[in-house]
Amino acid sequence: MSQPESAVADAQAGGRSAQEPLAKLAQRYGLRRAIARPRFHVYLRQLVERRHFILTYATSRNVSKYSSSALGQLWQVLTPLLNAAIYYVMFGIVLGGRDGVVNYPAFLLTGIFVFTYTQRSFTAGAKSISGNLSLIRALHFPRAALPLAYTIQELQQLAISMGVLVLIVLITGEVPTWYWLMIPVVLVLQTMFNIGAGLVMARMGASMRDLNQLLPFITRTWLYASGVFFSIQDKVVGSAELPQWVATAMYLNPAAAYIEWMRDILIYKHIPPAMVWAPCVFWAVFALGFGFWYFWRAEERYGRG
Amino acid sequence: MAELTKELSQVKGEEPAVRGKDVRVHPNPEPPAKGPLDAPTGTPTVIVDDLHIVYRVYGAASENEKGNAVNALTRILKRQGRPQMKEVHAVKGVSFVAYHGDAIGVVGRNGSGKSTLLRAIAGLLPPHEGAVYTDGQPSLLGVNAALMRELTGERNIVLGCYAMGMTPAEVREKYQEIVDFSGIDEFVQLPMSTYSSGMGARLRFAISSAKTHDVLLIDEALATGDREFRKKSEQRIRQIRESAGTVFLVAHDLKVIEQTCNRVIWLHKGKIKMDGDPKEVLAAYTKG
Repeated sequence: MSQPESAVADAQAGGRSAQEPLAKLAQRYGLRRAIARPRFHVYLRQLVERRHFILTYATSRNVSKYSSSALGQLWQVLTPLLNAAIYYVMFGIVLGGRDGVVNYPAFLLTGIFVFTYTQRSFTAGAKSISGNLSLIRALHFPRAALPLAYTIQELQQLAISMGVLVLIVLITGEVPTWYWLMIPVVLVLQTMFNIGAGLVMARMGASMRDLNQLLPFITRTWLYASGVFFSIQDKVVGSAELPQWVATAMYLNPAAAYIEWMRDILIYKHIPPAMVWAPCVFWAVFALGFGFWYFWRAEERYGRG
Repeated sequence: MAELTKELSQVKGEEPAVRGKDVRVHPNPEPPAKGPLDAPTGTPTVIVDDLHIVYRVYGAASENEKGNAVNALTRILKRQGRPQMKEVHAVKGVSFVAYHGDAIGVVGRNGSGKSTLLRAIAGLLPPHEGAVYTDGQPSLLGVNAALMRELTGERNIVLGCYAMGMTPAEVREKYQEIVDFSGIDEFVQLPMSTYSSGMGARLRFAISSAKTHDVLLIDEALATGDREFRKKSEQRIRQIRESAGTVFLVAHDLKVIEQTCNRVIWLHKGKIKMDGDPKEVLAAYTKG
C-alpha cells in the first residue's frame, strides 16, 4: 500500500479510532503521523532551508570523485575533448559532417560540451535516489535535495568545461562579441531544464530499476537527434531528403535548442531566431515546474525499496 | 544490484524474516515499567499502532541479464515483473506507546525487525499497514550514509552537520565540540578512509549526537569504540533523556541496554514477544 494522501490518511485514522484506542490517544496528545508529505510550497521552502547541505554535498562529491585518479579534475575536460577528437575524425572527416559547416571544430565542441551537461545531469539524476537509499533511510530531508545536488555538481563541472570551450573557440579564430554576454542566460535556462529533467529522472529511476540499463540507449539516440556533430538542416533535409518537419522537430528538442543558441552566440554571432530561443525558454520553465511537482508527488515513497 | 543487496543487508540484518509459525504476541502494551534511572513523565511521544512493514527485495540479477539494455527494454515492454523480487514482511503488527524520558532498549535476534522498526519510527519507511504517531521529528542516529570516506574528517563534520539540517552558525558552534568529543585530534585533517574502525565510529557518533533531538533512535552505535568512549557516549544518552527526550536503543550488547534503559522491548520475527522492565525481559531473553 502506498502512503495515502493526507486527507485519506485522516479518514483512515478516524475510521480506526472507533476500535483502536491508540490512534485516539495520539490525537489527544497531538501526535502526528511520522510520514506525511508536506504541502508543495512548504516543501520548496524546506528545500531552500537545506541549500547549505545541497551545495556542500555537491562540492564534496566533486572533490571525492576524482580523489583516486592521478590526473584528478583534469578528466572533466579530458573526457569531452577525447570524445570530440573521435567524433571529429569519424563524423567530421570520414563521414563528411564538416562539409559546409563554418568553423567545424568550434561547432563540434560547442555541441559536445552543451550536450554533455544535459546528458550527465540526466544520467546522474536517474541514480540520485536509487544510489542513495542508505542516506534516504537514515536521515530526514526533502528528497529533491539529492537530484538537485547532482545537477549542481554537474554545473560546477561545466564551469571548467565552459572555460575550455571559450578558449578553443578563440583559438579556432572567432573573436569575442557583445553577444557573448548572453552565455550566462543560456546556461541559466539550460540549468533550469537540467534540474527539472534530473528530478523527473530521479523519480523514474527510483521506481524503475532497469532505467540505468536503458539510459545509455536513450542518451545515444538523443545525441544523434540533437545535431551535435552535424548540421540538422543540411543533413536531414539536404542529404537524407526527409521532409522539413523532421528537421523542425529535431530543432525543437531541448538539447538541440540549447546547442543552437550557444552556436549562434559563439560562432554565427547573431541574436537567435524565435525558433531557437522560444523552445529554450519553454523547456526551462516547463521542465523545472513539472519536475518539482512530479518529484514531490512521490516524496514519501522514496526509500521504500 | 550489488549495491542494493548490500544496502538491504545493512538495513535488515543478515537473515530475512520469513513468514513462519506465529509467535506469541504480547496482547497489550503495558504501561512502561518504572526504570532504575528515572520515571517517565507520562506524556506519550511515540505511539506505534499495529504497524506492519513490508520490504521489497531485489535479488542479484542472473548472469545472462546483466547490463543488456535490450533485455531490460523487452522486459519493460512486456510488463513482466522482476523475477527476483520478493516481499519480506519485516514487522508484523507491533503496537506500543513510548513516553517522555523513556529510554527503550530493543532486543532480538538478527532479522527480527529491530532496525526496520527504528526506521519506521523515524518516518523513513512508510508503513504497509498501521501507523506511527510522533511528537516532533524522531531522528535516527546514523549520519554515516552522508559521509564520504575519501574526504577529510573536517569536511565530513561539516557535511554531516548540514545533512542533519544544521545552519552554518550551528556548524561553526558545534565543530570544536565534535572534534573534542570524538577524540580524533589531528586525524581530523586526514581522509576518513585512513581511520581505524574505532576512530570512524567515534567520529560518526560525535557528529550525529551533536544535534539535539526530541526522539533519538540509536542503532548499534555503541558497539565499537574503546571503553572510555563507551562511557562518554552512555553519558550523552543520559543527557538526552534528561532533556525530556525519548531514546530508542538497539544493541546486541545487553549490558549497555541494562545500564541505559528503563524499558526493554523484545522483538521476535517481527512481533513483540515481551515488553517491560529491563531485568525481567533480559532475563527471559537470555534464557530463551
